[in-house]
Amino acid sequence: MPMPYYVSPEQMMQDKAEYAKKGIAKGRSIIVMEYADGVLLTADNPSASLHKISEVYDSIAFAGAGKYSEFENLRKAGIRHADLKGFMYSREDVTARSLANGYSQSLGTIFSQEIKPLEVEILVVQVGVNGHPNEIYRISFDGSIIDEKKFAVIGGRSETVQTFLKDKIDGQVPSLKAAVALCVSALEQTPNQKLAPEGLEIAVLERQRATRKFRRLSTADIKQLLAS
Amino acid sequence: MNLPFLPNHDDSSFFDFISKQHPDLTIGNRGLSSAPAGPDASRGVPPMTVPQATTVLAIKYQKGVVIAGDRRATEGFQIADRRIEKVFKIDDHSAMAIAGAAGPCIEMAKLFQTELEHYEKLEGVALSCEGKANKLGQMVKANLPMVFQGLVVMPLYVGFDVKRGEGRIFKYDITGGRYEESDYHAIGSGGKDARNTMREHFQKNFAEADALKLALMSLYNAADDDVGTGGPDLVRGIYPTAKCVTAQGIADVPDASIRAVYDGLIAARRSKET
Repeated sequence: MPMPYYVSPEQMMQDKAEYAKKGIAKGRSIIVMEYADGVLLTADNPSASLHKISEVYDSIAFAGAGKYSEFENLRKAGIRHADLKGFMYSREDVTARSLANGYSQSLGTIFSQEIKPLEVEILVVQVGVNGHPNEIYRISFDGSIIDEKKFAVIGGRSETVQTFLKDKIDGQVPSLKAAVALCVSALEQTPNQKLAPEGLEIAVLERQRATRKFRRLSTADIKQLLAS
Repeated sequence: MNLPFLPNHDDSSFFDFISKQHPDLTIGNRGLSSAPAGPDASRGVPPMTVPQATTVLAIKYQKGVVIAGDRRATEGFQIADRRIEKVFKIDDHSAMAIAGAAGPCIEMAKLFQTELEHYEKLEGVALSCEGKANKLGQMVKANLPMVFQGLVVMPLYVGFDVKRGEGRIFKYDITGGRYEESDYHAIGSGGKDARNTMREHFQKNFAEADALKLALMSLYNAADDDVGTGGPDLVRGIYPTAKCVTAQGIADVPDASIRAVYDGLIAARRSKET
């Protein structure tokens, strides 16, 4: 009987990670940034109908980079998780932390048990109200979860964007206008060309809004914010 | 593919999702089939009493629909609650009012709210007005087993149809049958009395104030003739509630304007008695 080839676990994990990273780097970047009145989510997305950013619950939003079918599946499962919790208990019991944990568990299990890992990187964001801080969780293809402050970048050549933003951001929390301008110029670093307002997907979680705080910005809104 | 540690389901309906995966949370499945229930005299068990309602109604007017309801819940000959809320905002363009057993009614309203929000988030667009009305019909149908236990849930649904640019009213029967009303409707124990009043005074293209006045007068007349319906409680300051459903969204009619309408109505009735 022929024996299967022996592959060391280290090698196997390394191969999977490389495969997933390659898939994620193919796409374009998404930036999440805290601003004075909430959290801003900006994606370089030429499609007007296939969204990378989505509402999950009252004060929680989701952003996914990598393979569309895979992060779309994760997004839907997250909304189901949140709506079920909110229905079973109460609206205030739905938290980004619990959702991020669910994602981390799910991605981690798939990474170690399935042959093909998910080629996705996702962000779970919650705007803090009543003096609570905002929460930004970045979850990678292997289920590792990172609690980010001020801003986070996923997808595409995220390191380049990250380095650019690190230099530009100081102690001050920017206004919405300043944050949008900063995010757009950061996204323009990688293709090295101007991004049209039509090719941007921008949404905000606004602290002041009642119950559902997620709002998508229209192209007109974006143009107005970018006009100096 | 299935995601471990996260809820998996194939379609965009929250109601179907919990019906399949959390049947204990859904309506029409209370596992009461062996419990003594309903007015079953032959077994000699006393009828199970649950808080009941109601008169709720809806009237179309120029800009949309006004939907209103009284505040009383009864348990047999007892008053179970004096300030129960029977008119619910469901989403930005629809509201529903309920008649029947209070607990399951409120549960259905909450489930329907979640259902519409869930669909909107998953699909990226809200359901059409017609789609929402049909979904509610399916939920009423799912409750049919509970009707035989005496737990009736009867909604009255109103929505603003953004595509058509008009308000719409839908009534239901216990089997989930869905019927659209063209002008006005009222359901509940005092529904017939309220409908009689509306039949006499309704006019097409009412102004908002007139539609509200007629709604409150119909509730007053229903409370006059039906013990299950509460009128304005002047001592405690409890008044029926009303909402206006228009293109701009759902607006609660403030208590002060409801009180003003009733003050005028009561003064007019009192002057007839002397």
